[in-house]
Amino acid sequence: MKSGLYGFLFAMWALIILGGGIIVVLLGPFTIQQFGNFHWIIASGIKVTIALLLVIIWILILSKLKNWIFKKELKF
Amino acid sequence: MIELIIPAIISCILAFSVVYFTTPPLIKILVKNNFTVKDMNKKESVMVARPGGISIILGIIVSEIVLYGFFQLNEILAIIITTTAAFLIGYVDDRKVMGGWFKPVTLAIAALPIIFLGAYDSSLAFPLFGNVEIPLLYLGLIIFMIPITGNTINSIDVLNGVASGFMVIASFTLSICLFILGNYEIAIVSLPLGFVSLAFYKYHKIPSKIFPGDSGALTFGAMYGTIAIVGGVEIIAAIALLPAIINSFLFLSSVKRIVEHRQIKGKPVEHTGDFKLKATNDKTAPVTLVRLILAGGPLSEKQVGFTIFKLAIFSGILAIITAFMMGVSF
Repeated sequence: MKSGLYGFLFAMWALIILGGGIIVVLLGPFTIQQFGNFHWIIASGIKVTIALLLVIIWILILSKLKNWIFKKELKF
Repeated sequence: MIELIIPAIISCILAFSVVYFTTPPLIKILVKNNFTVKDMNKKESVMVARPGGISIILGIIVSEIVLYGFFQLNEILAIIITTTAAFLIGYVDDRKVMGGWFKPVTLAIAALPIIFLGAYDSSLAFPLFGNVEIPLLYLGLIIFMIPITGNTINSIDVLNGVASGFMVIASFTLSICLFILGNYEIAIVSLPLGFVSLAFYKYHKIPSKIFPGDSGALTFGAMYGTIAIVGGVEIIAAIALLPAIINSFLFLSSVKRIVEHRQIKGKPVEHTGDFKLKATNDKTAPVTLVRLILAGGPLSEKQVGFTIFKLAIFSGILAIITAFMMGVSF
């Protein structure tokens, strides 16, 4: 059980590092120029949407991982 | 360097001493005025003083004001104001049962001074891959960060000494990471949190003489979250807090809604004949970190607490590795 918890902690850490990489690669260079003064608001809006999607994907992966790592224990 | 060492030493001594010496009289006053709650994990009917947040916030305010005298940083003002607001929110919740919306909404408002004082940098630093500039998204992150860290620490305040002991490990880890990253001033500003937690742990450890209450737990969490923002170490702070985040994640993914613990009817943990803790088979009860730890068999309250501390040390090591990785880029 305890090793499962350490494994889950490690998996969360790896997902944070990987998710961070995706955010930097996807969101970092993202810019929009063709909307005049509003380009930064539109770019920010798109960044927020992508970030929220990544967070949702992160939570879904964690849920699957949790069920897989603790499949024996989660029969409460 | 000497101009950093002297304030660091003075503030750490003050943070520790204020909590260490004000908590015993606070316990007496709370007991005298009947501000006590039953310790549910003891065989005998033991009443414990609550809330200990009063001595915690006193230690933080005194030490941070002294640091402000030395550094005059807006970041310190943001820490003092946001943490004090979180204490007041927790104190209201300690004295009067509030709705489930109360803490998240008011803690989000408590985060606003960080924005108004401009005590943040809107780029988010990730290990290996570098920084990403997210001006608008970062404002949302600040608003969400304080309720999340506050409630996360509050959610692990379930056994004697766990919240304060966990904060000792997490906050010293955060200070070490700030030193590794060369952010010396914020590292020094963060040190009082560890010393306040350490002094409070003396009275909170099993068998507890005082509980931090919502006021203490929210104070710990809000200060931790504010340091993460003003120090630009949001990701590292989240990693050091992972065992508590797992607890909130397990709870939310089993309950599937935001709800106060007292509103949950099913009990995740029960007592054996010799008053050890044991996971229940109740399908309506939420899955929590303590319940998962107990899935292997009954353990004493002390054993569960130390298992949580070991998990905190493990995630602390991961946080320190992450801090070293910040200096490496592809």
